[in-house]
Amino acid sequence: MTAPLTEQAAGRAEGRGPAVRLEAVSKMYGQGRTGLLALDEVSLDVGAGEFVCLLGASGCGKSTLLSLVAGLDRPTAGRIEADGGRVAMMFQEPALFPWLTVSANIEMALRAKGVTRAERRARAAEFLETVHLGGFGAKRPHELSGGMRQRVALARALAQDADVLLMDEPFGALDAMTRDLLHDELERIWRERNLSVLFVTHNVREAVRLGDRVVLLSSRPGRVVEDFPVTLERPRRTDSAEVAEQAGRITDRLREEVMRHGR
Amino acid sequence: MSVDAGTRSGDVHARQLAGLDALELTTRQRRGLASRTWSGIWPIASAVALVLVAWQLVVLAGWWPEYVFAGPVTTLGVLAERLGEAEFYTAVAVTMRRAVAGFALAIAVGLVAGALVSRIRPLRRAVGSLITGLQTMPSIAWFPLAILLFGLTESAIMFVVVLGAAPSIANGLIAGVDYTPPILLRAGHMLGLRRLRLYRHVILPASLPSFLAGLKQGWAFAWRSLMAGELLVIIANQPSLGEQLHFARELADSPGLLATMIVILVIGIVVDLLFGAADNALRRRWGLHQAAD
Repeated sequence: MTAPLTEQAAGRAEGRGPAVRLEAVSKMYGQGRTGLLALDEVSLDVGAGEFVCLLGASGCGKSTLLSLVAGLDRPTAGRIEADGGRVAMMFQEPALFPWLTVSANIEMALRAKGVTRAERRARAAEFLETVHLGGFGAKRPHELSGGMRQRVALARALAQDADVLLMDEPFGALDAMTRDLLHDELERIWRERNLSVLFVTHNVREAVRLGDRVVLLSSRPGRVVEDFPVTLERPRRTDSAEVAEQAGRITDRLREEVMRHGR
Repeated sequence: MSVDAGTRSGDVHARQLAGLDALELTTRQRRGLASRTWSGIWPIASAVALVLVAWQLVVLAGWWPEYVFAGPVTTLGVLAERLGEAEFYTAVAVTMRRAVAGFALAIAVGLVAGALVSRIRPLRRAVGSLITGLQTMPSIAWFPLAILLFGLTESAIMFVVVLGAAPSIANGLIAGVDYTPPILLRAGHMLGLRRLRLYRHVILPASLPSFLAGLKQGWAFAWRSLMAGELLVIIANQPSLGEQLHFARELADSPGLLATMIVILVIGIVVDLLFGAADNALRRRWGLHQAAD
């Protein structure tokens, strides 16, 4: 089941070109000598149907990069192409609207597209089923746990019917057990919906657990240091020896990067 | 992995999630109505008792003769008598009509001003601090001008009530818009909401708590301005609470004066409690306060 899917993904990648392409993208905050160069000529492709994890220590501009791809911010230099512009994003916080019910939060994604009220309701219920939260539509966000809120946020992102899903440390604030389950959940949804995912994290094991590729960024300024392909068979387990071994190698490389700043 | 095994592991996975969800859902039980009412009432009751005792002590001390400063028993007697007279209710009705109309007008003005100032940047630089300045202006200082402009009419009273309340309401809205959590703006933006739709679906609802606080403060200013106005602007054939106060002083009717003051105080407190209840309901709906209650 795993191998054909991977080939299929690779096939799509060749056929359609990348879902997201960054060409020599730089981002400068402020100007002149006091300015901060957050990203320095970053080039990166996310193939169609590919799961790419972006890894780096703090200050490497991971979140900046996602904001640029999402169109929330403009690059100082370089080009960004997102396939068809249909990009959804999940943040570290669920970022749900507290004044709306869970269902209405998801419906908000459809409202912007002009879907009728009845259909919005029905589709929201489907998306809640997808994240195993059927029956929670009438609750308010604060009545749910952190993990459940992130699943609502995922459902809301899916409701945008985007091909590209950007995720900014979405599971960073969750406990380990919830996080493991949400990894399984995300992997299933990614496959079922042929999504292209760009996933930012500072957790090396999480990156190896999820990614087809792990892209390591340096800090201040952010540059692509190395691109690690992860070929381990799916589904992987975060606590497996193979994942630990590969994560170890990437961690070593990450530490070298961090040490450069100590001097 | 066979398809069958795949579905089964998916099923197990879903059940694990359901288990975690059930464990993590907080079951917070609210206390019963009786107990909540009691816990709300006893501090008020004891505060009232304390004031009555202090009042009686001052009267007993004999600094003023009883006909200048009436004691609680006399005053409450007069108040009870008034509660049986139609004239009292006419006065309350006139005052409340003015309060409601003036406050409604202030909300309209505050909303428009707040919306414009929060949306238009140059306007905000020019007018933003002016609004706060207006807030600090004692409302009674407006009355000479109001009376010049409108004469001894209800319009003069309304003018000052609106000037007193509208800045607070506008400021509440502006603060709410300013402090809309950036993450919600980004989320709204990602969902494809722009400009007016972002304003309507994200910024306005997000500023509701702050707007409500502005309303509450605005009410307090409106009530004060109204009382000042009714004391100064006496309109014939329109009995009001302020007018009662005025005549009670003219006639040196100490118990009547104190009884009217009590009515004014109670109305102010009741409306404040209503705003407090609205604020609480909103916070509970949004999950803003997790304190036990």
